[in-house]
Amino acid sequence: MDPQVIIIGAGIAGLTAAGALAEKGHHVLILEKEAQPGGHVAQWDRLFPSRRPGSEVLDHIRKIMDGRVEIKPGIRINGIIAHDQDFTVLTEEGTSYTGQALLIASGFRLFQAERKEEYGYGIYDNVITSAEVETVFKQGKKLLTSKGTLPQRVALIHCVGSRDEKVGNLYCSKVCCVTGVKQAIEIKEQLPQCEVFSFYMDMRMYDRHFEELYFEAQKQWGVQFIRGRLSECSEAPDQSLIIKTEDTLTGRPLRMIVDLVILLVGFVPEPETGKLVEMLGLSTGEDGFILPSDEHYNDNLTTVPGVFLAGAVKGPATISNTIADARAAALQIDSWLKTKP
Amino acid sequence: MINFNFFVLPFTLGLIYVFLAVGKSWYRWIAALPAIDKVKLTNGLKHPGKIAAALREIFLESLIHRKMWKQNPLLGYMHMSFALGWFLLIILGNIESRYYSGTHLNAPYYPIFLKFFIHDKLVLFFEVYSVPFLFRFFMDFLLIFILSGLVLAFLKRKQSKWFGMKKTTSHHFTDRVAITTLWLIFPMRLLAESYTAGYYGNGGGFMTQPLGNFLVSLTPLPSDFVAYTMWWCYSLVLGIFFVMLPYSRYMHIPTEILLIFFRHCGIQPKKWYSSFSETEVQSCSRCGVCLDDCPMIAAGIQDSQAVYFISGVRDRYVPEEISQKCLVCGRCQEVCPVGISTDSLRLIKRREITSGQASDFRYLTNGHSGKGDVVYFSGCMTHLTPTIILAMKGILTRAGIDFIHLDADGSVCCGRPLMIAGKDRQANELIEFNKTLIRQTQARMLVTSCPICYRVFREEYNLPIRIQHHSQFLLNLIKTGKIPLQGHFSKVAYHDPCDLGRGTKTYEAPRELIGKVADLVNVREEREKAHCCGGSLGMFEASNSQRNLMTKAALDILVENQPETIATSCPLCKKTLGRHASMAVKDIAELVYEAIPRE
Amino acid sequence: MKDFGFTVQLDHSIDYDAKDKRMMRYVLYHEPSLDWCIGCGSCTATCSAGQFTLFNIRMAHTLLRRGETEKLKQELKKCMFCGKCQLTCPRGVNLRNVLLRINRAIELFG
Repeated sequence: MDPQVIIIGAGIAGLTAAGALAEKGHHVLILEKEAQPGGHVAQWDRLFPSRRPGSEVLDHIRKIMDGRVEIKPGIRINGIIAHDQDFTVLTEEGTSYTGQALLIASGFRLFQAERKEEYGYGIYDNVITSAEVETVFKQGKKLLTSKGTLPQRVALIHCVGSRDEKVGNLYCSKVCCVTGVKQAIEIKEQLPQCEVFSFYMDMRMYDRHFEELYFEAQKQWGVQFIRGRLSECSEAPDQSLIIKTEDTLTGRPLRMIVDLVILLVGFVPEPETGKLVEMLGLSTGEDGFILPSDEHYNDNLTTVPGVFLAGAVKGPATISNTIADARAAALQIDSWLKTKP
Repeated sequence: MINFNFFVLPFTLGLIYVFLAVGKSWYRWIAALPAIDKVKLTNGLKHPGKIAAALREIFLESLIHRKMWKQNPLLGYMHMSFALGWFLLIILGNIESRYYSGTHLNAPYYPIFLKFFIHDKLVLFFEVYSVPFLFRFFMDFLLIFILSGLVLAFLKRKQSKWFGMKKTTSHHFTDRVAITTLWLIFPMRLLAESYTAGYYGNGGGFMTQPLGNFLVSLTPLPSDFVAYTMWWCYSLVLGIFFVMLPYSRYMHIPTEILLIFFRHCGIQPKKWYSSFSETEVQSCSRCGVCLDDCPMIAAGIQDSQAVYFISGVRDRYVPEEISQKCLVCGRCQEVCPVGISTDSLRLIKRREITSGQASDFRYLTNGHSGKGDVVYFSGCMTHLTPTIILAMKGILTRAGIDFIHLDADGSVCCGRPLMIAGKDRQANELIEFNKTLIRQTQARMLVTSCPICYRVFREEYNLPIRIQHHSQFLLNLIKTGKIPLQGHFSKVAYHDPCDLGRGTKTYEAPRELIGKVADLVNVREEREKAHCCGGSLGMFEASNSQRNLMTKAALDILVENQPETIATSCPLCKKTLGRHASMAVKDIAELVYEAIPRE
Repeated sequence: MKDFGFTVQLDHSIDYDAKDKRMMRYVLYHEPSLDWCIGCGSCTATCSAGQFTLFNIRMAHTLLRRGETEKLKQELKKCMFCGKCQLTCPRGVNLRNVLLRINRAIELFG
């Protein structure tokens, strides 16, 4: 039997929407490019602001949909044909799936930090990304330098690949500020003797409990915040790193030797999603993320009837935002299927 | 035989006027040459070899228009038909008039209006193979040759694309008058000669005679009257053209001749505006070839290209923005048919604007450097591309070279960025500082990763040691077997940095070097014709979006043959191209370093 | 003098209204991208001259905006014009032209 709804992407947006649609009695199929569902959250250890394990949230979402939704992993889409009443998705393997509605929930990709060459990622072993920090924590390991020693001083660098005309990303990725604060606290939890510095342009603590987390980092954990953007990073002979920034509040250039540099990488559009955009004739903003048909009251709809959007395909989003958005998309799809002639 | 008629007066007076005006200009420019240039000129003119070389160039460039041919054959033909055709017409006309007048001394108008004054009353059959026939044949042939160029010139106005030109220049009033009269000269000559031949029923060539017969049969007015009017018109357009010439773009013709002599006598552009600059400016024909070859066109900038800039200099007003709105990439200089040194003219203007600005580098206290056999200067920009530094240090270490990284803790700028802004005086302080530092190392060679530094080291530093860009240095290391190579890249396209390529003519070393570690793919516009990456320090007045458009245009050409990697040899190019490229952009030092087997 | 109940020590504060704003106007007119600055300090951190002396481009910009002409004049002389600042600016401010234009403004109004 053909599914009624095909969802592209089995991250939290796709899984949440699938669960909500299944509860309404729709037959849902999820196509996922990776071998395992769960998206980025599956790679993440704990979530801001409460620092609960990411697996808790993911397990909850999966519990709703398990047994009611079919997931096809390892799928590469190479064509979508829009008919009058339905859509046919063609895969590289030669299979095809037809559904009456299509939900694009294919998410985002993390900024490739190598592109910011002067920061030294991929060149110096002790420059790592926030995603790698999560992997270390998730594996229950200690955060160590490339030599296997405990870092005495760590620098967290905000806005890597975000708010940066030089890499073509003018937008703010929204979640890196609070992720940086969360990771700073987690590092202090794990390594109390380690000095943790945060280099920021602006601290954007816009959502509920974010500011409190920032305050906690200062009050309880002694995380130090320096207002200045990293300009260059170089390696000392002992593989520690020399970072150059301006301490803008004293108005003087600042050099610091640190054992580990953590780059808080932002969101960029997933290139695979770009192909879907072309196949369906959707439009994107200058930032490369997909534009909904109306940013306020139709933000799960696209200009193509029957094609819906959920989550970070529309730009950087937190997990709670994404879940709410996916449920809203499910409602929209449900009513669209019901009013369909 | 009275060889005079009043209609010759406009031509004759115009001719006298143009000789006086051009002579006055030549005299003024020569008189205003700096003393050293005057010495060069007088010495050069005593040298028959130099004069011969200058005459050869005048023939090739002013008559044949060799560079125009290279640019576009249609454009070359158009210019050649006018210049060479007219020149031969004058030569042949003079010989022909000697034949008819029997004397070497003829009034200057006599050969021009020869057909008015002589006409063969009788054509005997043996004359078909005689001298007059040959003259008539060749004079008609040359007229057709010129007229074909005129047709092309007319088409160029309508369809400049056919001539490889997307943009043509816009012109002043005097230019319009001059071009109109110039275009009318040869049709008028055709009509005057044809009507005359038609009226007499003989004396015309293979074209003018039948055309004349035909025209006379068509015209209701008395044909001698029409012919006479046409001679008046012919003389008038010639006279007006000659009078307008010194005030129009056509002044470039006599000026270029002087410029070619100047160059062959070894006179070069100065750092300030000299009489040589003035002859360069007046030699600009405003042909507009520099417009299409300017990378700024890709960004929609079309008000500050060399032709417009020079036109401002000629009129003694260039807005600051126009002076500063240029990449100073040197591409226009390569294609300019007159070979005007557009970049140095631009920098002269910039010096006028900024040379008075104060700077104070007293904070540079003489630090001391270590000693080494080779001094490596990475350059300011290279600090933002640490992979290049890492690769260079890795290779130097691997090759067992005793080197010192002079600017490991931050560079004192080489001075070129100041110079390209017109601040030579201020740059000298930095140059002197760096020279002292380099001397202290007692190195035998200076190697740099930055073409901007490399160029200024060579042009301004006067160092007693060898100076190499790392592309040359690494090539030498490979050739002498100092570094082992193992890896091989497939399909690499090479981007010529402006200062390394056009700036120091270093085209082969980087290519040979890449050839050692990769398969080099062709790039449609490379070497002298390479596009600027858009990141040039010479540019002050472009917005980011405009720079991005230039970068994309350069990239579009680089990726035409589907390379897997783009290689360059400049940190600034690397950063600029890397922002928009969909494949890896690497410095050639990185390619070499990656090709060395790990120990 | 009217007693407001507090005093302001003028030499310690910026009297915004009394400052000469011609230079700021001139520079912003000729290089509007200066308005995009978010004061992150990348330019100052990377500055070549800044390796050898206290030279702060970000601060120079603020001095320009506040009409602190004298201080600005002294500061700007240190610039080597190398262009590294422009290459790091996350907002894409056309910094070399800003510096050129401030120099010009100093000549015109300084």
